[in-house]
Amino acid sequence: MNKPAEQSLAALRQGTTLSVNGTAVRLVCAPSKRLAHALREDLGLTGTKIGCDAGDCGACTVLVDGRQVCSCIMPVAQAEGREVTTVEGLPQSGCLNRLQQAFLKHGAAQCGICTPGMLMAATDLLARNANPDEAAVRDALGGVLCRCTGYRKIIEAVLAVATADNTVDSPSAGAAVGSRMARLDGPAKLTGAEKFGADVAPAGALFLRIIRSPHARARFTLGSLDDFRRRYPAVEGIISAADVPENSFAVFPTPKDQPVLADGHVRFRGEAVLGLIGEESALRAIAEADVPILWQPLPALETPEQALAATGDWLHDFAPENVLCRGRVVKGDVQPALAASSFTAEGEFRTSHVEHAYIEPEAGYAELFEEDGRTRIRVFACTQTPYMDREEVARVLKLPLDAVHVVPSAIGGGFGGKLDVSVQPLLAVAVWKMRRPVRMVYTRPESMISTTKRHPARIRVRLGCDSGGRLTAVDFAGDFNTGAYASWGSTVANRVPVHASGPYAVPNVRAVTRAVYTHNAIAGAFRGFGVPQACIATEALMDDLALQCGIDRLEFRLRNALRAGHETATGQTLAASVGMTQCLEALKPAWKEALACVAARNGASAGTSRRYGAGVACMWYGIGNTVIANPSTMTIGLRKNGRFMLYNGAQEIGQGTYTIMPQIAADALGVPVALIDQIHGDTDQTEDGGKSSASRQTFVSGNAVKFAAEDLNGKLCELAGAPADARIELHGTTLIARAAGAEKRLDLARCQTDARGDIALGRGTFNPPTVPLDANGQGVPYATYGFAAQIAEVEVDVDLGTVKVLHVHAAHDIGRAVNPTQVEGQIHGGVAQGLGLALMEEYISGRTDNLHDYLIPTIGDIPPITTHLVEDPEPLAPYGAKGVGEPALIATAPAIFGAIRQATGVRVDFAPCTPDRLRALLKRGTP
Amino acid sequence: MSATRYLRPTHLEEALAALGTHPWTVLAGGTDFYPGRVGKPVDVDVLDVTRIADLRGIQVAGGAVRIGATTTWSELITARLPNVCAGLKAAAREVGGVQIQNAGTVAGNLCNASPAADGVPALLALGAEVELHSGSGARRVNLGEFVLGSRRTARRPDELVVAVHLTPWPEGAKGVFLKLGHRRYLVISVVMVAACVALDAAGRIARCAVAVGACSAVAQRLSGLEARVVGMRPDEAIAGITNADLTCLTPIDDVRGSAAYRRDAALTLVRQAIEQAATP
Repeated sequence: MNKPAEQSLAALRQGTTLSVNGTAVRLVCAPSKRLAHALREDLGLTGTKIGCDAGDCGACTVLVDGRQVCSCIMPVAQAEGREVTTVEGLPQSGCLNRLQQAFLKHGAAQCGICTPGMLMAATDLLARNANPDEAAVRDALGGVLCRCTGYRKIIEAVLAVATADNTVDSPSAGAAVGSRMARLDGPAKLTGAEKFGADVAPAGALFLRIIRSPHARARFTLGSLDDFRRRYPAVEGIISAADVPENSFAVFPTPKDQPVLADGHVRFRGEAVLGLIGEESALRAIAEADVPILWQPLPALETPEQALAATGDWLHDFAPENVLCRGRVVKGDVQPALAASSFTAEGEFRTSHVEHAYIEPEAGYAELFEEDGRTRIRVFACTQTPYMDREEVARVLKLPLDAVHVVPSAIGGGFGGKLDVSVQPLLAVAVWKMRRPVRMVYTRPESMISTTKRHPARIRVRLGCDSGGRLTAVDFAGDFNTGAYASWGSTVANRVPVHASGPYAVPNVRAVTRAVYTHNAIAGAFRGFGVPQACIATEALMDDLALQCGIDRLEFRLRNALRAGHETATGQTLAASVGMTQCLEALKPAWKEALACVAARNGASAGTSRRYGAGVACMWYGIGNTVIANPSTMTIGLRKNGRFMLYNGAQEIGQGTYTIMPQIAADALGVPVALIDQIHGDTDQTEDGGKSSASRQTFVSGNAVKFAAEDLNGKLCELAGAPADARIELHGTTLIARAAGAEKRLDLARCQTDARGDIALGRGTFNPPTVPLDANGQGVPYATYGFAAQIAEVEVDVDLGTVKVLHVHAAHDIGRAVNPTQVEGQIHGGVAQGLGLALMEEYISGRTDNLHDYLIPTIGDIPPITTHLVEDPEPLAPYGAKGVGEPALIATAPAIFGAIRQATGVRVDFAPCTPDRLRALLKRGTP
Repeated sequence: MSATRYLRPTHLEEALAALGTHPWTVLAGGTDFYPGRVGKPVDVDVLDVTRIADLRGIQVAGGAVRIGATTTWSELITARLPNVCAGLKAAAREVGGVQIQNAGTVAGNLCNASPAADGVPALLALGAEVELHSGSGARRVNLGEFVLGSRRTARRPDELVVAVHLTPWPEGAKGVFLKLGHRRYLVISVVMVAACVALDAAGRIARCAVAVGACSAVAQRLSGLEARVVGMRPDEAIAGITNADLTCLTPIDDVRGSAAYRRDAALTLVRQAIEQAATP
């Protein structure tokens, strides 16, 4: 053995000494181990997050000797003798430091997964430049990706450290709804205390590594797994299709088309085939080529066109012609109306696969436990929908529902991608076989190849209007590439036709859709369920018609906007909370200014390659599921200590339900929000709040919370001997119920409680009233709708085809802003994702399976966003509040495309509009 | 699984001795090493060169510059360098985010030999030479002859890049770097152009160097163009630049852009880069 080797072994024995957060530590691990892994695994400092293990996302940013580095790509050896600071080292005297305080105040953390990285990058900056400008903030934070916030609140927060008092107050009794109170889970997200899917696992948990298909379509057989295990003794167990009691799952009962582990046949690249169970690093060392799977690749149906043209070659026997589902809304008579129209416009539009790109790869663990004489299974994982996870786990293991306990982890971004199960059924099958705890963490490429995407769409639309610029008809046909398995394909196919005519009064509508199976990545739920794709098409044609009519584009939309009393394409009369016109009116000053600015800039840049434009687009969005029931049930109790316990089943995914629900509960009870504690998401403790999807939680679960609080109020008044409508106050452990000048007192310390410790429990349920759609799609698909209009201002370099978005103005009718800071945060994040959809995001399996080839907007790509909150209250909603999560995104891409069109004269009919495509279009000109 | 070896010497001689006897994988900033191993263990023997003082730091003497191999992009950004190195500094600011600039090294970027390496065009335009040492001696290679292809260099397994050398340009020469990508930060280039221009007393081009990256397996100097424009006024030089000047480029179609677009954008950026470099 030569000298260098001896040294390395000596180093391995001695370990690496360094200082972490001011404490000297010795890491005894391989010197090449990634520092991020050592911090998390060897030191338990899980505040440092891992999003990509490739230096692409910056979530793992720590300071080494005061400078920001990606700890996921730094060997432990290079930390020798150096000072490492992690997010856990930031608080001062146990309190949030000034930067953390500013993040809390400004709502700069949503899901929280990028927050430690952002904080460390900002700490590096502020140590060098105590009073930075925005450009300096962008440069310093440019290496950390955030998918939730649109970065604006983060910039605000960093700038505010030097310039503002960032203390936060908790609202007083009755003042919670409408206040800008800080997130209740904010401190945990800002200190690294929050536990995401990869942050905890039972001691001794085995690791599960999934072997996935390298082929889009193939048959396969398994070789000798016994021989394989003899060669790799580190493999303690293997799961295959044969180990899955019921090897099918899907979000809807028909069809349950997706296997947990493929059974002899794979339908997309990345499909799970085998699971290897053992110690993580040993499993990771096994080359895929050594796993005995004999592949027989088959020609894949790569596009919906191929799948629809195939004869007798169906992905699934139950879906002839490869059509999963058709959607249809027909009202009036489109063809004669178009023929009689003064102006018509038409086009075909295409969009691409879009990846959710949440910064937290899927992760979690499962374990068995004994309770009341039976074995139960607990699954801890990132999810948008713990109750659906429970159903899927119970189904695949053929267990009764109550044998499954789902405990959601904190979730590092979802956007629809964590509505489907990912690790959950795999962990369940593994733990059931091994009878020992099992954990797993997806790598970034694994997350990208195996989980759902936004449906690529091909949409053909014709739109007509009369000579006065009033819409006459919409003829819409859309094919949505749903990939290999159903997921939420039928939801997309059914939601899009309802929205296809836009937020406009149109007497004649024909909107048909198909969700088409292909051998592509599974397309599922993604912020907007197909409506963003449809909106790109229809809004482009709205611009066409406005140009033909010679009417200003905003004015044209205003003329056609839905108003209270109007009938929608499904024949639903909108009774109230139709804020479309208010949104457009709110944007009029900005629009006028933007158009003037465009003219001035184009004048000033004459002779250069730079052109400027502004675009406007509108959207509407049904809040909650399309027709099908989506109830939420909430419970809230009062305990002997004078504090309330809210059993909140509305899963927090960064959008703020952990704060919004207590705000509503507090005002409904008339008590300070600071008196409310929570148990969140746990399926043993909370009731079913439904999914965090379809922008439904504020409206649906918010109502359930309000009803639960009112129910509790009545019960407490009864206990106190007061009338049921009396108002309560808490004074320590004394409850006072006041009504009509009289007051009753209740000494909580003397009250009986239930097993959980609640003196009384209020329960509330809400299910939005809808009417099923008939064969022509006529009915009441949603109880209420959100409305929005957005303006984008852009600069285009026509020589290079590059587009820079300069400003976005976003007006949203959200009924009532329960928390304006959070509403703005949702809008900013939606705009950022809409910008990505418009300009850069395209997932191509096998080529963009990472965060350096798949591009999402960075802090340098998001312009200032001016928000206008329109509050046209919804009578059915809690305090009038509707949802905003998906509405935030939908109008952005078409507004950007409208702006590109004004700047250049070309109509963009594809997304993303990358520089090479725009340049080609500019050379070709609009047809 | 056998444990791999990890060597982190403090002296160059120790590193060279090791390279002479065993196939070590050289590791510096780790910004390419680890991303190539996502979800996989380190299964090679690693020679970590970041503790070798001789490889670190920048020396400037009479317009000549020696950049130590493990100089980070951040160190390069803050170094006092001649004006002609402004393009190199601009390129350094475009490498990843600040985290990557704090870790990634100049020689690492060259040795990784990615067609889209941000550091290569600017160093090519500056006429950089690569200094290689081995147990049997030292040699200097022009950067254009060092990077041989995508992921291929002239470095022998027993050699280590020790420094990158820049020869002097005339006083007043200016360097420019333009990068085209799909987003602002953390982006792999679609096209990059670096240009260095020195003007004579009459404002005519006395010396010009232009390099284009991400449009061929290895970034290319446009030597024909460089020679042709000497003696021209910048405006007439720019007006005369055509696709014929870019025939050495062999761009490909990939997810970031078509070959036709790359050629088209390269022409635009070459004109812009020369214009900016020729503007005092």
